[in-house]
Amino acid sequence: MSEQHIVSNKKLTCIWLILLVLTTLTVAITRVDLGGYKVFGALTIACVKAGLVIAVFMHMKYEGKLLRWLLFLALVTLAIFIGLTFFDVLYR
Amino acid sequence: MDSLEPTQPLNNSFWNDTGKTGITSWIFSTDHKRIGLLYFYVTFGFFLTGVLLGLLLRIELMAPGRTIMGPQTYNALFTVHGVVMIFLFIIPGIPGAFGNLVMPIQVGARDVAFPRLNLLSWWLYIIGALIVLTSLFSGGGAPDTGWTFYVPFSSRTGTNVSLAVFGVFIVGFSSILTGVNFVTTIHRLRAEGMSWGRLPLFTWSLYATAWVQILATPILAITLVLIMAERLLGTGLFDPSRGGDPVMYQHLFWIYSHPAVYIMILPAMGIISDIIPVFSRKPIFGYKMIAFSSIAIAAAGSLVWGHHMFTSGMSDTAVMVFSFLTFIVAIPSAIKVFNWISTLYKGSISLEAPMLFALSFILLFSIGGLSGLILGAAATDVHVHDTHFVVGHFHYVMFGGTGFAIFAAMHYWLPKFYGRRYAEKPAVVAWALMFTGFNVLYFTMQVLGMKGMPRRYYDYLPEFANLNLVATIGSWILAAGLVIMVVNLFRGLWWGVPFEGNPWGGASLEWTVPTPPPTENFIEEPVVTHGPYDFSNTERS
Amino acid sequence: MSHPEHKDDIGAKLGMWLFLFTELLLFGGLFLLYAVYLKRYPHEFATGGTQLNWVLGSANTAILLTSSLCAAMALTALQRHEMRRAMALLGATIFCAAGFMVIKYVEWSAKIGHGIYPGSEHLKAGPPGESIFFSLYFLSTGIHGLHVLIGAILLAWITVKIKSGEVNGDNYILLENGALYWHLVDLIWIFIFPLYYLIL
Repeated sequence: MSEQHIVSNKKLTCIWLILLVLTTLTVAITRVDLGGYKVFGALTIACVKAGLVIAVFMHMKYEGKLLRWLLFLALVTLAIFIGLTFFDVLYR
Repeated sequence: MDSLEPTQPLNNSFWNDTGKTGITSWIFSTDHKRIGLLYFYVTFGFFLTGVLLGLLLRIELMAPGRTIMGPQTYNALFTVHGVVMIFLFIIPGIPGAFGNLVMPIQVGARDVAFPRLNLLSWWLYIIGALIVLTSLFSGGGAPDTGWTFYVPFSSRTGTNVSLAVFGVFIVGFSSILTGVNFVTTIHRLRAEGMSWGRLPLFTWSLYATAWVQILATPILAITLVLIMAERLLGTGLFDPSRGGDPVMYQHLFWIYSHPAVYIMILPAMGIISDIIPVFSRKPIFGYKMIAFSSIAIAAAGSLVWGHHMFTSGMSDTAVMVFSFLTFIVAIPSAIKVFNWISTLYKGSISLEAPMLFALSFILLFSIGGLSGLILGAAATDVHVHDTHFVVGHFHYVMFGGTGFAIFAAMHYWLPKFYGRRYAEKPAVVAWALMFTGFNVLYFTMQVLGMKGMPRRYYDYLPEFANLNLVATIGSWILAAGLVIMVVNLFRGLWWGVPFEGNPWGGASLEWTVPTPPPTENFIEEPVVTHGPYDFSNTERS
Repeated sequence: MSHPEHKDDIGAKLGMWLFLFTELLLFGGLFLLYAVYLKRYPHEFATGGTQLNWVLGSANTAILLTSSLCAAMALTALQRHEMRRAMALLGATIFCAAGFMVIKYVEWSAKIGHGIYPGSEHLKAGPPGESIFFSLYFLSTGIHGLHVLIGAILLAWITVKIKSGEVNGDNYILLENGALYWHLVDLIWIFIFPLYYLIL
């Protein structure tokens, strides 16, 4: 992760367009009646969008292993906090 | 002690080698050692304040009924005792003071990764602490909720909870920035040859601690914001009449505050891991496992917050899950204790003040840890929950553990930074008094709890009177020892006999630099060729 | 004993990421509460969600995504030593931030005009879950809005530094970290948007 990496404007614009398309898609799928799948669908798209922002806009794609592992650690921690709380919420 | 007139600190050290010695050169200094000492004096000052409040609480509980104060004052005092001890002393205590003083030298760096951020951390801590102090004497008066700020009481009481909570929020921010700084320092600023396998175990423990500070403290921050929103905006998120769930407050609070327990104890364990081999003149037994167990404790410690909530109305499934997970933490903790004991085995042990405190740490922490298992098991917890057993338990871990480790660190490291010795005999007498008083005070509390005396109660049944008197007498013995220790140590540090070199024969990098260290620690960039507990080439000077 | 000024861009970036983790966890607490209360009050959350203006929400999403693009392109420009371009793109980012805040202001004042705000009589009279939904909505978007403000000020300060030449094509870590912070603000919104405006 030591050397400088310049992301081209073309690539950034491309990602931006994909993000806008995905946003439209989220709005579209939540306008039709999908029941519980709505939450699932909208969150999946949100995760994809977040992944794109992190990978390209935030240059994670070009960083070394260390930062990726640390990010993974932070996300797992958050997942654990939410997950373990649901042992209470779901079974009360 | 030959020379008792106050003399200048030794030349060419961080005390004076920049030519700046005024007060502003300290409170705006970015030197990690100066910041460390600032933290030390302020946190230790808060410790003494907390001790004073604790002594008053014990005097009140000496006999049933009113002794020296009314119930509202009592509620405020135990709240302030808790807030001061936890948020202003024990959480910033080791990372802020000894982490700053020692860790950069241990990794072979000239300073931490972000020296200015480090100074900001200290200022945030001071500002937060001042806000907390202001909250005691303004508005509706000192908070009376207990340090846990449980809803619904905290959202309704007329006392000054909002301001106190805001102060703690700022202190939390300071803790986060210290964590960020330390992780970056340990990753980026290790000297040549200082591989991960050669890091002193104190640094390892700070690394694990810093991760807990980074990942858990933000949850406290948002929880405190929610209390303020609850009180000032009426969000109703924890108010059952508005659809909120008070148990969710407890979840959020303990998601931080249980890992925070490891912010308090992990660096203490690191201190012990550094002291025991030096005073046994033997390499530490099981270096890798001790380093690994620090990480394991930090990780497992993030999974167990629910054991504070067994009687809160949480689901039975969650009670079982959290009870099971709690027992997992016992494994890495036991790994450490067994490795310390194995290090002592056949060692050439010298019983000086730092070692005495370190050895009593092992005993007191073990008692605290084992009583923790009684609380971690859901069945027994229901019986002793919110009794004095809990109070005894966490004082064994936090005071007998972290507190004694801090005393050990004070006797072990501070002389290095002052270049002066304290007198050994009074230190040993102080240790003996404190150790005795401590056990009389807190073991009695555990017995009282088993008999059913609740915690945080102003008054109690007459059958608890004798044991309460014993506990209070214990608190006086403890305080007497503390006074002797403080007087002796600071008399030594300020006016004692100057020395140079390596008083304990330590092998980690902080013992290779001049005494006291110069501003940027190393005269030449160090190159590390051996582990931190390889004593083959070091001798006591 | 005068050592050269210590400089470690990788360390600075590592520090910034660690700080971003703490921001992630901070909002994580709010998402945790959202998840728990969504589970308990699915219908009230649905009614609450339909009362929010999804068109304005979508517009704000597009604005924030665009601002993120500008911030990323500003870094690219600075790395290529195109100082003017970098400053212009940062200006565009801050302009987007202002647009975001204006729309947010319109949304909030409409809600407050209808008597919907934490602790309002209207919400107290309604079903409990709905008041929870709106309290969470105001807290999440409020704290997020605060981050937008902080991010915009940060980027403005960096623009000044570029102008003075202190931050330049060889020394761009400050902009890199500032942009990282800005992307985080975007990242949080990517989740707030569907959860509050769309899901139900």
